[in-house]
Amino acid sequence: MRKLIVLAAVLALSLVTASAFGADPLKVGFIYVGPIGDHGWSYQHDQGRLAVEKALGKQVKTLYIEKVTEGPDTERAITRLAREGAGLIFTTSFGFMDPTIKVAKRFPKVMFEHATGFKRAKNVATYSSRFYEGRYVIGQIAARLSKTGVAGYIASFPIPEVVRGINAFMLGAQSINPDFKVKTVWVNSWFDPGKEADAAKVLIGQGADILSQHTDSTAPMQIAGEKGIQAFGQASDMIKFGPKTQLTSIIDDWRPYYVRRTKAVLEGTWKSTDTWGGMDTGMVGMAPYTNMPADVAAMAKATEEKIRSRKMHVFAGPIHKQDGSLAVAKGKHLDDGTLLGMNWYVKGIDDKLPK
Amino acid sequence: MNGLEAVLLTIITASTPLLLAAVGELVTERSGVLNLGVEGMMIMGAVTGFAAAHTTGSAAVGVAAAIATGVAMALLFAFLTQTLAANQMATGLALTLFGIGLSGLIGQSFTGLPGVKLGAVYLPWLSDLPLVGPVLFAQDVLVYASVAITAAVAWMFKRTRSGLVIRAVGSNHHSAHALGYDVAGVRYRCIAFGGACAGLAGAYLSLVYTPQWIENMAAGRGWIALALVVFATWSPNRVAVGAYLFGTVWIMGLYAQAIGVAIAPQFLASLPYLVTIAALLAISGNRTLTKVNTPACIGQTFVPDR
Repeated sequence: MRKLIVLAAVLALSLVTASAFGADPLKVGFIYVGPIGDHGWSYQHDQGRLAVEKALGKQVKTLYIEKVTEGPDTERAITRLAREGAGLIFTTSFGFMDPTIKVAKRFPKVMFEHATGFKRAKNVATYSSRFYEGRYVIGQIAARLSKTGVAGYIASFPIPEVVRGINAFMLGAQSINPDFKVKTVWVNSWFDPGKEADAAKVLIGQGADILSQHTDSTAPMQIAGEKGIQAFGQASDMIKFGPKTQLTSIIDDWRPYYVRRTKAVLEGTWKSTDTWGGMDTGMVGMAPYTNMPADVAAMAKATEEKIRSRKMHVFAGPIHKQDGSLAVAKGKHLDDGTLLGMNWYVKGIDDKLPK
Repeated sequence: MNGLEAVLLTIITASTPLLLAAVGELVTERSGVLNLGVEGMMIMGAVTGFAAAHTTGSAAVGVAAAIATGVAMALLFAFLTQTLAANQMATGLALTLFGIGLSGLIGQSFTGLPGVKLGAVYLPWLSDLPLVGPVLFAQDVLVYASVAITAAVAWMFKRTRSGLVIRAVGSNHHSAHALGYDVAGVRYRCIAFGGACAGLAGAYLSLVYTPQWIENMAAGRGWIALALVVFATWSPNRVAVGAYLFGTVWIMGLYAQAIGVAIAPQFLASLPYLVTIAALLAISGNRTLTKVNTPACIGQTFVPDR
């Protein structure tokens, strides 16, 4: 009995000292959908993780699991990080949404940050960036440069985030050439270099002379280079993979957000919030405009500046849906709620949206 | 380049890695060994093939390195399952996991580097023929290799003594042993052959399909190859039919989308699996034929009793 009491006293004392001195660094966990070597989506999130380590040094320790499939595996992976003592966990893919909410219920003291989703809880915040702003710019570039008037679009899954991107791309293109065509191929994967390459070849075979992708590998860029056409990079600067091919790339910059949110946990000021940052916040950036005439680059820069300074909204009316009905009238723009749940195409897109 | 030509070229590229890996695994399985490590050997072949080609600047060296790596991985499997009599399924799964992990590690310093593309063969006159030229006579060596290997394997099983010995070892290892055949030796060679083919398939991915190193770039093709072997009931010709059918339906699905056919892409994506399985089941409906081909000892550990 005496031994037990001593043991309990020692334990209690050690707990007190641990909390008083805050000896343990905050563990910050990251769940990635692809390998960090994808040089696209997951790579950029990992850059964010490295920025957190660099900025906060010994106050934090980061953990990550890469290549987590969207599905039952997700829950297991998130639970593992929570069990390993992570105090803050970033889950960085749309398909991680429900598992994040589920695990968050079981670990009420752990803070969660889910990227690109719309479900929040007391300990689950969401964040995303307005990639679509960049898509509008590349749509304009495509319409200016395409000789066939057809762009190919390699898409992953028919979720609002991707549909929004296709629509923004089309609106940008239509602002230059009202008859512009976009051909879409859905590969049902975020990351499968072989499939993405096949889709690229198919689109080129169908007359597309500019490629845009909403998948994460660099394969389409390379195929475009082989066939001598141009392409836009995705998520990170892919210029290395297509020095003569890449026109620009929409870059996701998560670094400032990750550092800010980790600091908030350290300082005890973290709250469940919803952040949707655009070009104005620096979350969306554009890689240098390359392989295009100076006047096209100047146009792209001008549009980028207008979006950044909020002089224009990408989804400004009038916008018609594919079936011809009016989505938003002139003088107004689509609100964030509509954008987040976007499940319809704008007029001019031939593809039928898969349900 | 006209439309049909583009379609055919894309189909050949999509089917070749499947055929290469599947025909190698077929030989392994015919000798009575189930090697679930195809995906792991393939991805290792891809990474070493890319690394060697990038370092030396020669795609041929890359191909050789990929074959060597495939064989090395396969020999590791053979040592564990044949010499140490470890469970084949568990060892094969471990080989896949090991291969994916190790390839990521080796590939770390090679991610994002420009690749070396294995050039196409040019045959004077023949390559210049319209349609037939670019599709049949201007492919890279690996495409021709995949067809040649398949034909050679089919011929070997049908016409040669070695083919007969491999089948005997796969059908009944005790009898084969009693007749004086070196069961483990035959299996070692068949496993190594399977590894070489998987390595070649990997080389195809990182030197032709998408000439760069991308982590996890095999993306499950090894597993498709494994399934093809079973559904083709261990017949080399049917494996070829299966691989090309799979590639064709897959590419046609993409074309259907690009043209704008109103079929759900999720369904189109699952179609290659459905069509291939259905077609192979239909052509292998002949029970006796299936029975003749199925290696009865597949997956069983053999320890000679002396």
